[in-house]
Amino acid sequence: MNKRTLIFLALVLLAACALPLLVSNYRVFQFTLVLVYAIALLGLNLLTGYNGQISLGHGAFYAIGAYCAAILMDKFGVPYWATLPAAGAVCLVAGFLFGLPALRLEGLYLALATFALGVSMPQLLKYHHLEKWTGGVQGIVIVKPDPPFGLPLNPDQWLYYFTLAVMILMFVLAWNLLRGRVGRALIAIRDHHTAAEAMGVNTALYKSLTFGVSAMYTGIAGALGAIAIQFVAPDSFNIFLSITFLVGIVIGGLASIPGAIYGALFIQFIPNIADEISKAAPWAIFGIFMIGFVYVMPFGVAGAIRMLMARIARKAQNGSRTAGAPLIENAAGKAENGSHTTG
Amino acid sequence: MDAFIHQVLAGLATGGIYASVALALVMIYQATHHLNFAQGEMAMFCTYLAWSLINAGFAYWPAFLITVGLAFVLGVVIERVIIRPVENSPVLSVVVVFIGLLVILNSVTGWIYSYTIKTFPSPFPAEPFFGNKYMSSHEIGAIGITLVVLLLLYSFFRFTPLGLAMRAAAQNPASAKLVGIRVGWMLALGWGLAAAIGAVAGMMVAPIVFLDPNMMASVLLYAFAAALIGGIDSPGGAVFGGFLVGVLENVLGAFVIGNELKLAVALVLIIGVLVVKPSGFFGKVHVTRV
Amino acid sequence: MKRMFVPVALIIAAALAAPSALAQKKYDSGATDTEIKIGNIMPYSGPASAYGTIGKAEAGYFKKINDEGGINGRKINFVSVDDGYSPPKAVEMARKLVEQDEVLFIFQSLGTPSNSAIHKYMNAKKVPQLFVATGATKWNDPKNFPWTMGWQPNYQTEGTIYAQHILKNTPAAKIGILYQNDDYGKDVLQGFKNGLGTKTSMIVKEVSYEVSDPTVDSQMVQLQSSGADTFLNITTPKFSALAIRKAYDSGWKPVHYLNNVGASPGAVLVPAGLEKSVGLISTRYLKDPTDKAWANDPAIVEFTAFMKKYYPDGNLLDAGNFYGWAVAQTMVQVLKQCGDNLTRGNVMKQAASLKDFVLPAALPGIKINTSATDFAPFESMQLMRFDGKQWVGFGEVMGK
Repeated sequence: MNKRTLIFLALVLLAACALPLLVSNYRVFQFTLVLVYAIALLGLNLLTGYNGQISLGHGAFYAIGAYCAAILMDKFGVPYWATLPAAGAVCLVAGFLFGLPALRLEGLYLALATFALGVSMPQLLKYHHLEKWTGGVQGIVIVKPDPPFGLPLNPDQWLYYFTLAVMILMFVLAWNLLRGRVGRALIAIRDHHTAAEAMGVNTALYKSLTFGVSAMYTGIAGALGAIAIQFVAPDSFNIFLSITFLVGIVIGGLASIPGAIYGALFIQFIPNIADEISKAAPWAIFGIFMIGFVYVMPFGVAGAIRMLMARIARKAQNGSRTAGAPLIENAAGKAENGSHTTG
Repeated sequence: MDAFIHQVLAGLATGGIYASVALALVMIYQATHHLNFAQGEMAMFCTYLAWSLINAGFAYWPAFLITVGLAFVLGVVIERVIIRPVENSPVLSVVVVFIGLLVILNSVTGWIYSYTIKTFPSPFPAEPFFGNKYMSSHEIGAIGITLVVLLLLYSFFRFTPLGLAMRAAAQNPASAKLVGIRVGWMLALGWGLAAAIGAVAGMMVAPIVFLDPNMMASVLLYAFAAALIGGIDSPGGAVFGGFLVGVLENVLGAFVIGNELKLAVALVLIIGVLVVKPSGFFGKVHVTRV
Repeated sequence: MKRMFVPVALIIAAALAAPSALAQKKYDSGATDTEIKIGNIMPYSGPASAYGTIGKAEAGYFKKINDEGGINGRKINFVSVDDGYSPPKAVEMARKLVEQDEVLFIFQSLGTPSNSAIHKYMNAKKVPQLFVATGATKWNDPKNFPWTMGWQPNYQTEGTIYAQHILKNTPAAKIGILYQNDDYGKDVLQGFKNGLGTKTSMIVKEVSYEVSDPTVDSQMVQLQSSGADTFLNITTPKFSALAIRKAYDSGWKPVHYLNNVGASPGAVLVPAGLEKSVGLISTRYLKDPTDKAWANDPAIVEFTAFMKKYYPDGNLLDAGNFYGWAVAQTMVQVLKQCGDNLTRGNVMKQAASLKDFVLPAALPGIKINTSATDFAPFESMQLMRFDGKQWVGFGEVMGK
């Protein structure tokens, strides 16, 4: 992390903090959702991007987190901030338990297993024996928290800052985790499972734990999302949500932390833009956007930015050399074009 | 006992639907090693094309054949135009393109044809065979057609040089190119055939569930499960899987767990099977050597 | 100083003279001298997209009103957005309409989950959530939610009517029920059980289905095997058609009660098979535009002409379009009653002041009534039976 990156991050942070004071409440609400989705997508990215385990069912963990928050707040009067660790803990355990049998499944078969989870979640939430807790089909209504300590903010702004703080914490944690031994182990497992095993990486433990941590992130996002929307209902958490998350991480950039934010921006705002463009078939426009993004940026927005930065850095390098050996430089430049860094 | 038989037969009838769509999924997988999420929507779109043809005055079988032809062309065109540019992208990027295709087809069909359900005719007689009360003639006929398609597909892959070339192109494109197989066109052909099979499936399914843009959405997930439980590279397995899923779902719902959780339980059972037999019932076990 | 005197005096005089004129025009955001901005949330995509046609019919009707000069000289600006039947999206869209587009009120938001999600918000913001497009019973609660009002007869009323009919005509019936596993299905079921009172043991089998199920064959087989001779069919159009057809094909001939939502001839009975639908019993509160007996009724004539001109792509046989037309007319009536006082409070007040309002689309004898304690415009329905060609009403109007 060099100084330039730190300055850049600080500027971004400043902009993020200034945002609620400059735009309307409705936009603040939308950006709060972007932050929520960013946490959820980071969770999924940990599992799928860094560890190579495809999950088509992360919507289920989002739902579990959301319902944890809703039930705790509605039935037990737990304060909103305390529901986050609870949701995280429940999802950590749930994810780990799901990850254990899933160890035997690879690729498509794992995708099916997670798909099954995503598809059955609404039915489970509606199950009449659980109705007493989940509110069944009627769902649960939550009250939006007020700013504490009498701060001069309205509830929307307060929730934005709260979500921003949680997001920064989760992102820093993930970044720390990934740049160390754990991160290398995850990527090793993704890229060459057998070799990693041979090198002494406890693949079973890492894979299950990654599932758990990934579910935890998405669960915390779900809890925040429930508080922002102030309502949970079983059919909000259908398979399409899981698929949207997958689309989000791919478009944002697999195995990339900022990719989660780009992906969140995409899944929050592009449907609205598509709706503006065409009232008749808005989802067709959304589909075209999806395909377009993948054509132009096959490695996601984060991947495209990375390549752009590399190209700029190379141009800067080339420019500072003498004019004496341009040919060799160009050949080297061309060779570099085909590669990309991971992580 | 009668109730049980009735449920099993009803399960075979719906299982037939899953089996036919699962066949299309297996086809596309064998040809391209990709699982095409948009398969259901392509089938649905082609069924609407058939509906338009029939509404314009064509008789059933001519419309059927024309639609299968159109579906083939559509599949080839989609492969060349939409999938070709992302050939070398990561697997998940291609999955997103499939999802995009799914969403576009669904939305455009709804826009053109509206969302009200329509009836789609069946080539089979309206009266049930032997006056039985369990399965309509169409449901039995559809199963028959699925089995015929299965047989054709199996023979194609096993006994024809073209089928062999396609499998080679999917399994090892580099080696296939070296041997002189035009891998690009094999992929396009694979897509065309899968789309054609999908169209047949769609035309068999529509009379049972009514034609509407969301018709395939619910079937697709069962078909996906069926294809995997049977073994993703086994056409026979896909058909077996389809029937298994149909019967399992019905029997569980009626006698074991009630309708509210039958989907969840059926899927849990499928996962249970996969944990024990990770390649499905009839799939080939892949041994990776270091 | 002197030069200022006359202009200032004129201004003061004008200000003194004006109050009587100014006081009569009162606006909240969304209403101006020339425009009334109305928000609407419909599922134009997603699993309930078949209902999107209602929004299109309403848009067409408001355009017709605008072409005819508007309401009290003001044009209606109908802002309709898609929520894909997803509650979180509905919340976002409601906030957009209220906070960004600054509509005067939201009209005919569709779907119980979506409306449940925005219920508290609308009432907290004091923005009318008017004539919601769902029959859930909870919209009639003026004491706790004074800004929310339904329109159609609620689902529980409908369920109770079927129960009352069974108790009267077939008190020894064995009832089998198929219901959609969501709030609407459970609401009708609840009303039905309330209507049976102490006799809920008449229900021998109760099975549910999900909107994501491809068929309901398994459920129908379960019901038939239970020995039930009376069938309560709580389904939405596609599944109504599937159930009707399966019952016939399996040789099961129960006394078949079909809920109003699934009774559209064009959207349900024709696909199911008209000959398979003979003997179906349902309820209605609006005239049936597909019924030849009503072909010359002025309301139907007007509706057909309206559809031809303002919504030619719409399906005349789809009951949703007639429904949309009728609600839009009710809305126009309320706005007319508002006059120049277009505050949100007054809109609610006028909506709650409909006395024996006769809607041309309604059946004779069924009137709209609202008051400060009664936020349910339609509360009565008539039973009807399908004779193979059309629905024929019988019995007297039931409900309130």
